[in-house]
Amino acid sequence: MDQTESTDPLARGLGWASLALGIPPILSPAGFTRVLGIGNSARHRTVAVLVGARELGAATGLLTRPNSAWLWSRVAGDAMDLTMLGRALRHHDGRGIRRTAAAAAGVLALTAVDLYAAITRQRKESAMRLTGTTTISRQPEDVYDFWRHWENLPTFMAHLDEVRSEGTRSHWRASAPFGRSVEWDAEVTEDVPGERICWRSTEGADVDNHGAVRFTPAPGGRGTEVHVELEYSMPAGKLGEAVARYFGEDPHQQIDDDLRRLKQVIETGEVVRSDGAPGGKRARSEFPQHPAQPLTADELAKEVSA
Amino acid sequence: MKATIWAGRNKVEVTEVPDPSILNSRDAIVKITSTAICGSDLHLVDGYVPTMQKGDIMGHEFMGEVVEVGPGVSPAKLAVGDRVVVPFPIACGGCSACLAELWSCCENSNPNAGLAEKTFGHPVAGIFGYSHLTGGFAGGQAEYARVPFADVGPLKIESDLADEQVLFLSDILPTGYMGAEMCNIRPGDVVAVWGAGPVGQFAMDSARVLGAEKVIAIDKESYRLKMAEQAGHLTINFSDVDVRSQLLELTGGRGPDHCIDAVGMEATHGSTHINTYDRVKQATRSESERPHALRQAIMSCRSGGTVSVIGVYGGFLDKFPSGAWMNRSITLRTGQCHVHRYMRPLLERIERGELNPTRIITHQLPLEQAPHGYEIFKNKQDNCEKVVLKT
Repeated sequence: MDQTESTDPLARGLGWASLALGIPPILSPAGFTRVLGIGNSARHRTVAVLVGARELGAATGLLTRPNSAWLWSRVAGDAMDLTMLGRALRHHDGRGIRRTAAAAAGVLALTAVDLYAAITRQRKESAMRLTGTTTISRQPEDVYDFWRHWENLPTFMAHLDEVRSEGTRSHWRASAPFGRSVEWDAEVTEDVPGERICWRSTEGADVDNHGAVRFTPAPGGRGTEVHVELEYSMPAGKLGEAVARYFGEDPHQQIDDDLRRLKQVIETGEVVRSDGAPGGKRARSEFPQHPAQPLTADELAKEVSA
Repeated sequence: MKATIWAGRNKVEVTEVPDPSILNSRDAIVKITSTAICGSDLHLVDGYVPTMQKGDIMGHEFMGEVVEVGPGVSPAKLAVGDRVVVPFPIACGGCSACLAELWSCCENSNPNAGLAEKTFGHPVAGIFGYSHLTGGFAGGQAEYARVPFADVGPLKIESDLADEQVLFLSDILPTGYMGAEMCNIRPGDVVAVWGAGPVGQFAMDSARVLGAEKVIAIDKESYRLKMAEQAGHLTINFSDVDVRSQLLELTGGRGPDHCIDAVGMEATHGSTHINTYDRVKQATRSESERPHALRQAIMSCRSGGTVSVIGVYGGFLDKFPSGAWMNRSITLRTGQCHVHRYMRPLLERIERGELNPTRIITHQLPLEQAPHGYEIFKNKQDNCEKVVLKT
């Protein structure tokens, strides 16, 4: 996320704006208050320096480690400035009131930009992007065919319970953290046989998501490289991911494990089971496991019926 | 059925557990006739391999009769009634590692690959009875075992060779052989082998079969050195003499052409303070190995020679002699044995009488006495070299 925003022109632009606004009040507090057409008492000059320092802080943040927190801090700063300028206008002695009004209008415009930037960037951050890759000793066409047959996905993807093809669309049902279940319809947005498939959830999905999978020949005739990219808008963003991780549901680990199982299913015919991990794809949290000894009849029945 | 289980550090028990059943379509169930305790089992018992759980069935050297096969096993490959030796690494036969004959690095057979990846960088194959890091598969020191990918691993024994002659094809004979093979031995070469345990003995025999002129066994147990001597090898007892000067003496100052480490992570050192240093570091978990044999092998090897490591290491070691290794052009080769590669050729060598695996067996015990077997093997009591358990 940091990387995408460090090249985000709007966030950077606001960073430079903060820098431009922060330097004058610090270099010349008296000049700054004069330009704004407000009082020039010691208190006014102190506030001007503090406002300048705040702007420089926001500039440093946005230009070096940009994230939406800095944008929200700018919005808060704007609110503070508008409050102060509003008070100044109400108690104005008339000298330079037009300059004060112009400043207030300027801050108001800037507030709108800051708010827009903060809200849009916030949304971008709460999307979770996952990538994973594996190499499978089969031709790209074969791996593509297996994936394109959506019904196959639940055989190796731990969280998917069912996928049904419905013409150009498909219906997906998955289990979510904390025992919840989510469903959505998806449509294929791009389909190049033997090369790649892209899909996205349609309007009204419980969890907006889209995905892409590319199949490229591995060098040296070693089969097919599978590159998967998934993006989910997480209900509670980063926080949700952190909480899920705490309960042993690390999404990054899951996509790696899913792809390992894809490889097992294509190369060996099924998901490999051991006495320690008898549940196949359901052996989600790897520890603690069943001891490495055969299951009792009851345990076995439970595994089969689950 | 009865099985030998890990019941905590330094605790092995024989207890009643459920019979195994087919979990994957390419499984087979083997009724075990003979099984053995391996030196690497001691690393598990001593608690130096992480991810052991109470109740885990031990054992990765076993053979027996096929009593059930899954629907995915072609009858041409394996059928009920076949007498088989089972290789310790579980391998699928279809991934790129298996296709390259790197069977112990199979990319599909370890359901806990994610765990192994964190420890080893990339996953390793599943192994019977060898912690959850290698899959959490029940082992073979039991009456029955489930064998995954039964159409790939098990070697059918169709001749009337006794169990004792072929049992060690499951691990230690191929492991010793691979240790020697990795040295690319040429006529006239001198090979030194650290550790005169079962794997070391087989590395010595294999080195000779592969053309070494002189084979030197290094150990501190005189009964084990005597066993090597009886097989025609030279010996150095490191509790009596300095290994490096003795090796120089035996090689005209050149050092051995190839050095095989058949000891691994729980080595002892002739010098008390060096030994104590690594013991303390290992006990406090600030290194996982006591790599005396490996250090000494690298320091002793002639320039341009090979150090072949078949002793087991599990994590990270300390004071690796990188200077000697790099500046003297030493080749370091290693790997968990790719057993599948060697089973058939070594069976032929046994049939031709070139190798005699039975020479190392000192104890035959019923399965029920496995804990006693572990005890005498670990503490080197009663001149114990190799324990075979019979069901």
